[in-house]
Amino acid sequence: MNTSDAIKFRCEGVNVWYGDTHAIKDNDIDIHDKSVTAFIGPSGCGKSTFLRCLNRMNDTIDICRVTGSLLLDGNDIYSRDIDPVQLRARVGMVFQKPNPFPKSIYDNVAYGPRIHGLARNKAELDTLVEESLSAAGLWDEVKDRLAAPGTGLSGGQQQRLCIARAIATKPEVLLMDEPCSALDPIATETVEELISGLGERYCVVIVTHSMQQANRISQRTAFFHLGNLVEYDTTNAIFSTPKDDRTVGYVSGRFG
Amino acid sequence: MLSMTALIILILTVAGFFMARNRAVILGGETPALLHSRPVYHGGYVCARTAIAGFGVLIVGLILSNIAIRWALYSGLPGGLSEIERDLLVSDGVALASGALASRTDEARQAVATLYGYLSTIQVWGLALLSVCIAALVLARSLGQVAIPFRARNRFERIVQVMLIVSSAIAVLTTIGIVASLLGQTLVFFSDIPVWKFLFGTLWSPLSGVHDGTMDPEKVGAIPLFAGTVLITVIAMVVAVPVGLFSAIYLSDFASARARSIIKPMLEILAGIPTVVYGFFAAITVAPFLRDTGAAMGLSVSSESALAAGVVMGIMIIPFISSLSDDVINAVPQSLRDGSYGLGATKAETIRNVILPAALPGIMSAVLLGVSRAIGETMIVVMAAGQGANLTANPLEAVTTVTVQIVALITGDTEASTAAGPAFALGFTLFCITLIFNIWALRLVRKYREVYD
Amino acid sequence: MTDAVTDTAPATASFHASDEATARLKKRRASETRLRLYGVIAIALAALALVALLWNIVSRTMNAATEHYIAIDATIEEDEDDFLGVVKKSARGAFPYVSGRSAKRELYSLFSDGAADDMRQAKEAGTLETGEAVPMRFLMSDTADLYMRGEFGALETRASEGALTIEEDGKKVILRAQSGAFADALGLAKAGLAREADSLRRQEARQAVGIATLEQRLPDLTGDERENTLAQMTYFKSEQARFAAEATALDALITGDRDTRLALSNRMASFFVAAHGGILKLTEVSAETALAIPLVPMQTTETAPGGAWSLHILDRPEIGRPVKDRQIAILETLKDEGRIERVANWKFFSLSDSTQPEIAGIKGALIGSLWTMLVTFVLAFPIGVSAAIYLEEFAPKNRFTDFIEVNINNLAAVPSIVFGLLGLAVFLNFFGVPRSSPLAGGLVLALMTLPTVIIAARAAIRAVPPSIRWAAMGIGASKTQTVFHHVLPLAMPGILTGTIIGMAQALGETAPLLMIGMVAFITAVPEGITDSATVLPVQIFNWANASERAFDMRTAAAIAVLLAFLVLMNAIAIILRKRFERRW
Repeated sequence: MNTSDAIKFRCEGVNVWYGDTHAIKDNDIDIHDKSVTAFIGPSGCGKSTFLRCLNRMNDTIDICRVTGSLLLDGNDIYSRDIDPVQLRARVGMVFQKPNPFPKSIYDNVAYGPRIHGLARNKAELDTLVEESLSAAGLWDEVKDRLAAPGTGLSGGQQQRLCIARAIATKPEVLLMDEPCSALDPIATETVEELISGLGERYCVVIVTHSMQQANRISQRTAFFHLGNLVEYDTTNAIFSTPKDDRTVGYVSGRFG
Repeated sequence: MLSMTALIILILTVAGFFMARNRAVILGGETPALLHSRPVYHGGYVCARTAIAGFGVLIVGLILSNIAIRWALYSGLPGGLSEIERDLLVSDGVALASGALASRTDEARQAVATLYGYLSTIQVWGLALLSVCIAALVLARSLGQVAIPFRARNRFERIVQVMLIVSSAIAVLTTIGIVASLLGQTLVFFSDIPVWKFLFGTLWSPLSGVHDGTMDPEKVGAIPLFAGTVLITVIAMVVAVPVGLFSAIYLSDFASARARSIIKPMLEILAGIPTVVYGFFAAITVAPFLRDTGAAMGLSVSSESALAAGVVMGIMIIPFISSLSDDVINAVPQSLRDGSYGLGATKAETIRNVILPAALPGIMSAVLLGVSRAIGETMIVVMAAGQGANLTANPLEAVTTVTVQIVALITGDTEASTAAGPAFALGFTLFCITLIFNIWALRLVRKYREVYD
Repeated sequence: MTDAVTDTAPATASFHASDEATARLKKRRASETRLRLYGVIAIALAALALVALLWNIVSRTMNAATEHYIAIDATIEEDEDDFLGVVKKSARGAFPYVSGRSAKRELYSLFSDGAADDMRQAKEAGTLETGEAVPMRFLMSDTADLYMRGEFGALETRASEGALTIEEDGKKVILRAQSGAFADALGLAKAGLAREADSLRRQEARQAVGIATLEQRLPDLTGDERENTLAQMTYFKSEQARFAAEATALDALITGDRDTRLALSNRMASFFVAAHGGILKLTEVSAETALAIPLVPMQTTETAPGGAWSLHILDRPEIGRPVKDRQIAILETLKDEGRIERVANWKFFSLSDSTQPEIAGIKGALIGSLWTMLVTFVLAFPIGVSAAIYLEEFAPKNRFTDFIEVNINNLAAVPSIVFGLLGLAVFLNFFGVPRSSPLAGGLVLALMTLPTVIIAARAAIRAVPPSIRWAAMGIGASKTQTVFHHVLPLAMPGILTGTIIGMAQALGETAPLLMIGMVAFITAVPEGITDSATVLPVQIFNWANASERAFDMRTAAAIAVLLAFLVLMNAIAIILRKRFERRW
């Protein structure tokens, strides 16, 4: 196994409520750096909710309440002196549906660096944009039309643009919420390869509906069911020797 | 008499319904399923046909006979009279006939009155008789159609559909009516006066140069009115756009649900206040306040200043801009907000860099509709702006607007036929300008919808 | 292990936690606070405008809620017809000392032209007491009423300590008081003169400016123009001299010593002395003596000890107010005798328009609005709903329906005054609909409201899910049956809500009605849709334009009534929406 043992996120006793609904029930999980961790489970099991706790995206929903300890590099991200804006710069996110801003490709990628002041001048920004687009495997496809609107790209390209946009902000963690569910099989393959590669440089957490995908790209897999983290192990172990009956049922396709 | 006729037709209509239904019930007898259509449709069919025939003849007849009587009265007048005198003669004669006060009584007027009395008696009795007869005739005929295989339901539904189509065509008819009525008088006006004198002349005093019913082309320059309208509109937008837009931003992205539930109704109240109330507020409170404040600062502010009218008009337009902007800002997909927040942007950065650029077409269209409203707004300026055409860019002076002049011309003491020309020409200009703004705004909104729906 | 993480993390990873980033973040947060602040300010401004507007209306409406009556005795003959004559006769009886034509006219004008209406109505109802003197209540005129409300400033009272000697001198009275009892009055009068002198000097200066301007122009002029300008300059110069002389004359008066009597004019404040039940108006005043004319006679001319007499000052000059000094004296006397009654103004709802503010009411306008709204509703509702049904359920998607759609959206934004011109040209001039009738108004407003109704009805019909239609069609209902039996009932609450909101807009609409003659002065209550009528918003407009100040508060009251109706209609719409709103 090539997974690093460094722990990026240490979560203990995490609970999430939406109003009166108990969406995440007292879960513990350690997420490792420089590897891909997949969250799988049937719809509504809380995997996306849990993912959105990791960069406090849930803060934007009024009725959402989070308790427990979520430590990023040993610091509680829900503590008072953490600014969610700063946190989200360190923990980037890619969404289910590609959501490029209605701006040019260049401006999409440059958005993060601009608001965070990552580039001192135009040349640095250009370099950063090129690096990010290259890292997302999109540079060769768009280098001649950086001024074209990002919304004009194909679905797979849009999603890679969103990944490039997230990388350009120089995050430490990348959260991906079913990044391939809106893509066709060919685009999915490209994006999956990209994610595998990113796993070597970043701590990547991916929520996915597809067990094959989790199997292909992740080193560790967590199985959620009805708000509970049922089983968390290396991907191999989850798919070859699951311990819990529910996991067995899910990975063998009996429900989900 | 005519309301009596209407009542009789109504009774026939209702009677038709029950007669046809009963007849159908009897025909159906023990096995009502034999009937192609249920009895109620037979009733409906007869009822609808009777009503259409009776009321149709009554209304169309009334309109046509009114036109005919008017024509008869005018053609019966002695020759050698100007148009104004003819109008006055006829209206006095009609007044005399109906026992009202006339400006003068003389032989010619008495003759008109006698003729009018005679004609209107024929009109009323003739119409009453004709419409009731036709209604009864149609009732009898369609009652005869009631039979087991008669497709009453299909016939009735056809009638209903035609009525629906006619109803939706009324919107188009209204537009045609507006254009035709405005254009007719406008063309008459421009047959005497060159268009360019009207559009580019800088002196507006149309009624001071009237000679034998024709106007002095040098005194119908509408530039001062356009300038006044633009000045007041600009002031209004300077008030309404920032206040409306910042309110909308606050409401959509900062306010808690509780704050929203208080602020939104407040803005709706502001939107529901009639313009005449705003006019009163402008004239009685804002204008004196500005004048006194100006005097205290050593400025001379006219008591009918463009500023007062403009500011109050701006207040009126605030809810308009804020609610439309609120809608378009809310229509920006949550995924774009999430994308921005996910990159560590603050709310302000998200609004400035993502939401506003995305919502810009919608906001622009809100502003355009606001401008169109400000240009066409009448009561506030009639009550708070001036009457005198004054070509100035100073907001502290009194200016007049297109709508103020239309009201002054139509409600003034001048002969209707003289004042109508410039008034309708102004009305047509107003219609065209606001139409351009409206279409422009609707196009922007359509484009915006295409992107996000 | 945590150390290992930091060691192996990307080189820039720590940037977001660095001091630089934190400092930057502080600025970014500040800019966010600023934006939020702008929003709060904007909303505060809108709220302020709303509060100012409503406060304006409400405070004035409170004034219109009551009116003043004068209670005096009246004797009415059995066969009396001239009830205004009765009012005058009773007034003469109550104030026998008012003599002379102009004085009597001032007395009569304390009473409203409508003061006799109650008697007339009582006679018609057969409840009028005739024969002997009975206590009656007569409605006050608008100016007297405004004085009672303090609209022309309040009387300022200076109680005095020294004794006042009174000496009759023909029609006039000479007053003497010790220790400079009138010094205040003299000072005020002189201050008034000083203001007048100032204004004369300003006018003088203006003439000088005019002369200088003309002088500059003079060298460029020739012939007639030069002559005219020279003549104008001569005129300006004479005016300048006149203003200067007048100002100097005033200066002499102002600097005059405190024992010389200064003549008072109606351009200065008014001064009254009340003593022995009478009221005197000062005409000349020095620090210790004054010349006065009795407006209300005194019972004796004995010396009044200190505290038994008083000096009253009204700052606004007589010339600047419609209520005269004699009238003030009479009103003050009535007030002291407790013969002025303040009564709730229910007449406001039972009377129609009038040129006299105190007997103007909104009944005619309310009924007119009612008829007009009836016509509007009867036309706009069925036509609007039919059009919406056609466009949503039956219309094929083609260019014509597209055109209708664009048309409706455009009509919704056409200025209302244009609809008025349409009504004038088409309904009045072409079809011969009676001028200023609710029928004409209703037709115009119906066309205006139609787009609102259609748009609301379409939205409501569209909100009914297609599954309802499929269900109905599935059991063999025709398209028409489906729409009228299933879709329409479900959409009805939404349609009604939209219609009520459209009707509320129409109720407040003014401009188009001005075009079709509803601005005419109409005192009769309309009895049908073809009678001449006015409507509430037009009544408001007419009163707001009236010159009498007493109309101000009635305008506000009429606005309050209009707003009450609008609130009621909107409340009904909200309740409908809340009660029947369905989420599919």
